[in-house]
Parts: sequence; structure tokens; C-alpha cells
Amino acid sequence: MQRATLDLWVGLFVVAGLGALLFLALKVGNMTGFESGQTYVVKAAFENIGGLKPRAPVKSAGVVVGRVSEIGFDNHSYEAVVSLKLDQQYKFPRDSNASIMTSGLLGEQYIALEAGGEEKMLADGDTLKLTQGAVVLENLIGQFLYNKAEGAGSTAGPAEQ
Amino acid sequence: MTALALNTLRRIGRRVVNSVWRMGTATRFFALTLLHSGQSFSRFHLTIREIFSAGVLSLIIILVSGLFVGMVLGLQGYETLQTYGSEEALGVLVSLSLVRELGPVVAALLFASRAGSAITAEIGLMKATEQIAAMEMMAVDPIARVVAPRFWGAVISMPLLAALFSAMGIFGGYLVGVVLIGVDEGSFWSQMQAAVDFREDVLNGVIKSVVFGVAVTAIALFEGYDAPPTAEGVSRATTRTVVTSSLAILGLDFILTAFMFSGV
Repeated sequence: MQRATLDLWVGLFVVAGLGALLFLALKVGNMTGFESGQTYVVKAAFENIGGLKPRAPVKSAGVVVGRVSEIGFDNHSYEAVVSLKLDQQYKFPRDSNASIMTSGLLGEQYIALEAGGEEKMLADGDTLKLTQGAVVLENLIGQFLYNKAEGAGSTAGPAEQ
Repeated sequence: MTALALNTLRRIGRRVVNSVWRMGTATRFFALTLLHSGQSFSRFHLTIREIFSAGVLSLIIILVSGLFVGMVLGLQGYETLQTYGSEEALGVLVSLSLVRELGPVVAALLFASRAGSAITAEIGLMKATEQIAAMEMMAVDPIARVVAPRFWGAVISMPLLAALFSAMGIFGGYLVGVVLIGVDEGSFWSQMQAAVDFREDVLNGVIKSVVFGVAVTAIALFEGYDAPPTAEGVSRATTRTVVTSSLAILGLDFILTAFMFSGV
């Protein structure tokens, strides 16, 4: 089959287009090693998850060790059930503590894992017992105002007597 | 008075019936194109020539506009993000808006006016100079020989062009944001990688561009094949191609976006 310069141009075009797709996938998107690696799923129940979203990072000591894969609601305990997909290469003791934190003042929320002291490690399907839900800003402000008013009331009280 | 009203009513009726009729013909034409596509793959050099004229020749305008759109996004985005003190999110802003929306949509609009109009004019002129009738005389199926290769050539080119547009735009945003203004390079890329999901964003953008490619090419081919065989007819068909396919792109984009990004 005769090779034409036209074929060369079309070939270059297709290679450049696929290259651009590869660039979008690897450099722009986050299709890096972690996704394809071995993972195990751990569940944790929270009183309140605040603004936590699926795919939010799970960090331990600031390092991303997994992602939130699913968020559900338990009809019996009325708590949010969050599934954490953790990378197989990171092991945590069974009494580890999961808490929902915020990166920055108004940034996105993530789950912080704090390692416990038990010998046995978490396995696929385990449930984390120690959890701490998200801090709701309204509750915090309400509590602050309440304390302030209480403090003001107790100092003003005796002076009037 | 009643005669005038009756006439107006008759004219409206004829218009509606005509456009429904055309819609039906266009659908049948599209189905015929798909049915007769075998040859455009068994004799692939026909399709390659169309990839050249639809894809390679559109390359320059796509690359240059992509670069400038990305650079403008970088400038404007920086200006706005700066007021919130979060210039590092510039990469996220540029990449998400390009990959999800601007890449597929603007590339498809450019493609409609660059390649779609050329397809319509070419097929319309082939019909006006009776080349298509001559093919039929020689028992060569003009849909298999002329229409289907153009369809597949353009449909293959479109997602590649959209990907090139997005990549070029992100590079433009990088040039303005990091090189010119001085946003931190590490956080520019890392925040982008944290925010852009391969399946959710990149793949949906590719799906969008494939859908736009099919719509634009189907409209361009039908308008060309259906054009009255006169100079005026071809010119009007070319105009209609650009207008109709631009509207189709924007309408389809709304529907696709509502489907893809409404959840979560």
C-alpha cells in the first residue's frame, strides 16, 4: 500500500489528540497509582458529617491514605454511616479514631484517622468504634454566646444584691 | 378578511408540516448513513482523507483559540480569586471549566463553522454539478462513497480536537497564571489534580464532544445533501448548517450537563 503524506498528517493528528487525552487523564485528572491499587473498606458511624462528600480524602498525620467511598444513613441509630476505602499498604489498629475535620476555615472537609494502641489491625468490613462528627458552626457560636451570657449573669448577679 | 386569515393559517400549517417532513427525511438519511458505513471502514483511506480535511485542517484554529481561551480564563480567574485570597485555586477553575464545558462546546462550535460548513458546501456543490447523480448512474452508492466517510471522519476528529483544545487551554492558563502572574506552580497542579476526576470530568467531556461531533456532522451532511442544486441553495444550506448546528450544540450541552453533573 502506498504511503501518502496525508497519512502522515492524519497519524500526527491522531497521536497528538490521544496525547492530549493522556495529558488530561494523568496530569490534570487524578488517575494516578492510588486508584488502581489494592484497597480495603472500613465503616464508621458519625453523629453528624457536616459537609462531607463522597471522594473526600482520608488523612492520617496529613498524608492521604484513602478516600470516602460511600455515605449512607442508618435507620435504627439515626447516624450517618461512612465507608472509607483505605489503601492496602496502610494498616491501622482496630481502636483507631476517625474524626471529621476541615482544611482551612471554609475549605473542604476530610476524615482524619488517628492510630490507636491495639495489637489487632483493621480488616476489610470492620467498623470504627471511636468517631467524632463534624463541628457545626452554629452550635459552636450558640455555645459561645450561651457561655458568655452565663458569665455576664454570674458577675452582674452579686453586685445587685 | 377571512381570506387573509385563512391564507395565514394555511401558510403556518404548510411550514409546520414541511419542517416535520424535513425532520423525518433527516432521520431516515441519518439511519441510511449508519447502515451504509461498512465501506468507510473496509476502505479506510476514504475516511482518512476526511479526517485530514475535517480534523487536521481545523487544528490551527482549535489550538490557537484554545490557547487564548485558557489565557483569558487565567487572567479573569486570577482577578476574581484574588479577592478571596485563593489564587491557588486558579488551576482548578481553569481545568474544570475547560474540561467540562468550554473544551467540548467551543471546539464543537469552531468545528461546525470550520468543517461543518465545508462539508455542506462540498456535498451541495457535488449535487449541483450532478456528480452525485453520475455516481448513481455508475451504480456507486453516493451515501456509502461520499456521505459515510465524511461522517466517520468528522466523528473521529471531534473528540481529539476537543481534547487538544482543553489541553492547550490548560497550558494557556498555566502560562498566564504561573509564568506571568506567579501563582505557585506546585499548588496550581496539585489542587487541579485533587479536583479533577478522570471519570466524572474528563470522560464526560469526551462523551460530550462525541455527541456534538455526531450532531454537527449529521446536520452538515443532511443540509448539503438536501440543498437545492443552485448557487443560492448551496449558500443558504451552508448558513443553515452553521446556525442549526450551533443551536443544537448549545441545546444538547444543556441536556447532557443536566444528566451528567446534576447528581452529588
